Amino acid sequence: MDRKIRVLIGKPGLDGHDRGAKYIARALRDAGMEVVYTGIRQTPEAIADAAIQEDVDFVGISLLSGAHNHLFPEVAKLLREKDASDIILFGGGVIPEEDIPGLKNAGYAAIFTPGTPASEVVEFINTQMEKRL
Amino acid sequence: MTPTADIIRGVCEGSIRAIARALSLVENGSPDSADILDKLFSRQQGFTLGITGPPGAGKSTLVSRMITRYRSADNSVGVIAVDPSSPFTGGALLGDRIRMQSHATDSRVFIRSMGSRGHLGGLSGATRDASCVLSAAGYSPVLIETVGVGQAEVEVADLADITLLVLVPGLGDDVQSMKAGIMEIGDIIVLNKADRNGIDQLESYVKASLEFMPPGLKKPEVVRISAVTGEGLEDLWNAINRLVAAQSGIDRRSRSAVKTLNDILQENGLIFSEKLLELEYNGREAAEELILAGQLSPYAIGKKLLERAERMFEHNGSK
Repeated sequence: MDRKIRVLIGKPGLDGHDRGAKYIARALRDAGMEVVYTGIRQTPEAIADAAIQEDVDFVGISLLSGAHNHLFPEVAKLLREKDASDIILFGGGVIPEEDIPGLKNAGYAAIFTPGTPASEVVEFINTQMEKRL
Repeated sequence: MTPTADIIRGVCEGSIRAIARALSLVENGSPDSADILDKLFSRQQGFTLGITGPPGAGKSTLVSRMITRYRSADNSVGVIAVDPSSPFTGGALLGDRIRMQSHATDSRVFIRSMGSRGHLGGLSGATRDASCVLSAAGYSPVLIETVGVGQAEVEVADLADITLLVLVPGLGDDVQSMKAGIMEIGDIIVLNKADRNGIDQLESYVKASLEFMPPGLKKPEVVRISAVTGEGLEDLWNAINRLVAAQSGIDRRSRSAVKTLNDILQENGLIFSEKLLELEYNGREAAEELILAGQLSPYAIGKKLLERAERMFEHNGSK
């Protein structure tokens, strides 16, 4: 068996600032993972459907526009509706501290804010993966 | 994990989740994959279209255009897009979807990205098996996009029923188009970025090179397109349809059967060799140590394993 950790990095919403998403995608690649990057301005539907077709273990959502309280839960809801709630969600971007508990309640295992070292995201994924196996 | 029978049934019924799981199982070489593929093999239908060419030639953009065209003809379309895996970490950035995301929510388009995982021919080791899963699930054509290739990654021509070689201006002189390898495998040679300078020169290089083809071989059609603007796509569509019509389904299936068996024999050869190494030398590592210690050459080990296998077959008697 040649099992690789598969992660989809998606950017919903209207902001085109994808440096953070690309930085994380690259760091996860260098940690030996297969990273599907879908590009900017994706609808929650497109992200959820892609995650299912790609059979990923994780979906990471990056958003800097401020619409996270709407778009993050939407992706989680769609994955639940499509019987894919086993996919672990994490998020990143400019997200105020006070919004984080709500996003975790909506199904996000972790929220990473600006300044987080990439190694922390890698460690989060590896820890979650160990728990699952 | 869902039992194998459920996955097979799910694939046959077109369940997206089951197809995605089946693809992971065959890609990871799971012990269940042989059973899954055994059941799906005879259900394959339609044809496969390979798309290859150098990095940045516009393969993903062209694939997205082809998806649109086939969907407008009411086909369900499967896509396998291979990107390179790191030889150092095994990680991969799979970015082909970026150009195809407009089809992400179309339930009759299934796009799967794969890392090459150490495989060197432009595809991944499991691309043929993945294509079998998508074809059995009712997707036709299955579009197979290779990694960005150089000169010698010709494996896709073995797998796909029809291969498009995508070239762009600016990658070298006329001698480049005379070289063996990649230049020989296109059933259709697609000259992309027709809106760019150098397209006339590229066309004359390619056509001049085709003039040298030995008589009796079928010359590939050369089609100019711009995948971005859509120019020439209808010509390409017609050229593909002519080739599809000229092939019979039976020929496609028998060719695919022979090639699939060939792949399986090679995989089995590796498995048997590991077992023989175990018997003869206590495994691969011990054998490698013998080589490094200067006691045996790799050739001597190879010969010894074949001799051992022959003795075992003789011992078991002839059937």
